[in-house]
Amino acid sequence: MAVITVERKPLTFLERTYLPQIAGGLKTTFKHLIAPKKTLEYPEQRPAIPVGYRGVPTLVKDPNGREKCVSCQLCEFVCPPKAIRITPGEIPADQAERAHVEKGPQAFDIDMLRCIYCGLCQEVCPEEAIFLQNQFSMSGYTRAEMVNHKDRLYELGGTLPDAHHKWDKKKAAEEHGNAH
Amino acid sequence: MIAPAQPDLVTVNIDGQEIAVPKGTNVIEAARMVNVDVPHYCYHPKLSVVGNCRMCLIEMGMPAVDPATKAPIMDPATGKQKINWIPRPQIGCGTNVSPGLHVKTTSPMVKDAREGVMEFLLINHPLDCPICDQAGECKLQEQATGYGRGYSRFVEQKNVKPKRTQLGPRVTLDDERCILCSRCIRFSKEIAKDDVLGFVDRGSYSTLTCYPGKKLENNYSLNTVDICPVGALTSTDFRFKMRVWFLKQTNAIDTESSVGANTVVWSREGTIYRITPRRNDEVNDTWLADSARVLYKSVKAADRLAATETVEALVARAAALFKSAPGAIAVVGSGRSTVEEQFLTRHLATALKASAQLVSRVGQGDKLLVSADRNPNVRGALVTGLIKTLPAPQLTDLAAQIDAGKIKVVVAINEDLTAAGLTAAQLANVSIVYLGAHANATSAAAKVVFSTLTVFEKSGTFVNQQFRIQKTLKAVPAAAGATDDLVVLAQLVAAAGGATLPADLALLWKVIAAEVPALATMTFANLPETGLVLDATPFAALPFVEGETLHYKPAQPAVAAATA
Ligand code: SF4
Ligand code: SF4
Ligand code: SF4
Ligand code: FES
Repeated sequence: MAVITVERKPLTFLERTYLPQIAGGLKTTFKHLIAPKKTLEYPEQRPAIPVGYRGVPTLVKDPNGREKCVSCQLCEFVCPPKAIRITPGEIPADQAERAHVEKGPQAFDIDMLRCIYCGLCQEVCPEEAIFLQNQFSMSGYTRAEMVNHKDRLYELGGTLPDAHHKWDKKKAAEEHGNAH
Repeated sequence: MIAPAQPDLVTVNIDGQEIAVPKGTNVIEAARMVNVDVPHYCYHPKLSVVGNCRMCLIEMGMPAVDPATKAPIMDPATGKQKINWIPRPQIGCGTNVSPGLHVKTTSPMVKDAREGVMEFLLINHPLDCPICDQAGECKLQEQATGYGRGYSRFVEQKNVKPKRTQLGPRVTLDDERCILCSRCIRFSKEIAKDDVLGFVDRGSYSTLTCYPGKKLENNYSLNTVDICPVGALTSTDFRFKMRVWFLKQTNAIDTESSVGANTVVWSREGTIYRITPRRNDEVNDTWLADSARVLYKSVKAADRLAATETVEALVARAAALFKSAPGAIAVVGSGRSTVEEQFLTRHLATALKASAQLVSRVGQGDKLLVSADRNPNVRGALVTGLIKTLPAPQLTDLAAQIDAGKIKVVVAINEDLTAAGLTAAQLANVSIVYLGAHANATSAAAKVVFSTLTVFEKSGTFVNQQFRIQKTLKAVPAAAGATDDLVVLAQLVAAAGGATLPADLALLWKVIAAEVPALATMTFANLPETGLVLDATPFAALPFVEGETLHYKPAQPAVAAATA
């Protein structure tokens, strides 16, 4: 390896007094003394989350409060670290509001120790039922606590507006009958 | 389906590739031989051809000949015989090959035709793949992706038809998904001979239904689910249980009778979700009885035997029992054990100088895929030499010997002795060593109980009624505490003073090949998927109980007696 000798230049007079550097440093200090505060008193204060942020994956309900997920298991399939585990189930025929959907999850678990917040589950979901929302901090004392079960996922997810009303339309069509 | 040495071969040209196929082959099958996919719905190789879905449209032509002189007309551009292409598409399923037939499956006309058919099929389709069990193995999904237009122009309201209809105890119908291919109707009529399905109404209102007052409840109803190309017919047992793309497929054998239908066991992480047929044109074609599809429930049954002690401790106790009663031991093997287990059982009987017998299990054959002999492997016991004569339904000899005090120890393998005619008092008079997966009266009375595996937890071979030896593979890991039958048997043989035999299949097969002449050339690994037919002549004189079933005709007893 070639050795390059760098010649060290002697300091100028001003540099040897250190005064310009001290003045420069103090300027920054005083500027921040009067500038608006940037630090947040976390966790009491929380940052504004930008649109498109990928937080903890959650399950959402439609504006009618109906469960949107139909347990198609596509998110379970696509999830790279296999964080999602679903037990599909049948919606009983006697539940007038939801029976036409036929299928819904019996159990839905997301292991947040596995989740890598990639958002693929949200992207693949044909029912727009799973969203990575604002929630970004998850903690727990045990591994089991870090698994979000179905009720917790709905609690975190809440309700999101729905532009399609796919299943409402389906039900309307069924009631209309389109018979001959 | 080329049979070897088929004399009537016809040369056809498919997308430029020449191939000789047997006369009577249709274009779909001929194209399959040159790896050209002709998409289709209604055609099924084992059912009659109806040509109603129109998905298999192809372009075809014949070499041109001069109508007057019959001389071939040559094409000056290519120097070959000119082809007269028919100006409209033809269906591939209903077109049988003829000499010189030319077929195009990729021309613009074919592409247009397929897009058109797909568009019509999807017009009234509910597109509810997210809640449809067929998703992942649906021909409509596959062919819409492969050959469809990719977008919909339909803005009108779709038809509404009945959903969630129970056609019978095991089949659920969603009429909106049905593409009216009529496969299920033809199956019921032609194979199951239980003509209960039909279409009512006309045009796009056509609806599949059971005839009034009838139900789809024959023992073959689930085959309609297998052949339904879409998710219209689904299995009520498998409904909404698991997505097929998560399931691991393991080739296995149906053990409910001596037919030995080939199956696929679908499991995920040690849980079996369903059993479907595997095509074997010599045994079960593409069909499977419904009763064979619920056998997997034995794996997680509540009455599975739990392990109480280590195998070594149990073997030591069994050995002590063997020592206590030399010459007074009987072995009851099983026609439900694999060939390998029966081979080890024979060694056990020899080492113990004991008599060996099986228990027969006879029911009514259904002339299709359930034979009268409900033991899947009686012939395996004959081939391995465990038994010489056919098993009797009741163990009367053994009962008499127990009563006479001649038998003190009974080794029962997977057989409930009370079901085989022994009384509780007789069981109490002997010391029983029991090997089995499930609890029963015999295991309750036994002194030593080994908890062993169900057929889904182990690999092995079975010899069916055609003397076809077929292999079944382990689909799921052994239940906690259960030990492989081969391990237990090999240790028992050693404890009884017999040879040291391997419990590993590959090694064991070396021993079997060396000792059983009929299996001399076989290894477990080389056994073909469709099985291997063994020589049946040494057993031709035995009065087997089976009647006629699909691909099996019993030998005439008179003829058998004459050759014996
Ligand atoms: S965000 Fe990614 S890693 Fe997390 S559950 Fe969804 S798919 Fe899985
Ligand atoms: S992809 Fe959507 S609808 Fe399907 S299981 Fe996941 S959350 Fe439910
Ligand atoms: S139910 Fe299935 S098999 Fe029967 S006609 Fe409809 S699509 Fe064909
Ligand atoms: S497969 Fe030929 S018309 Fe249906």
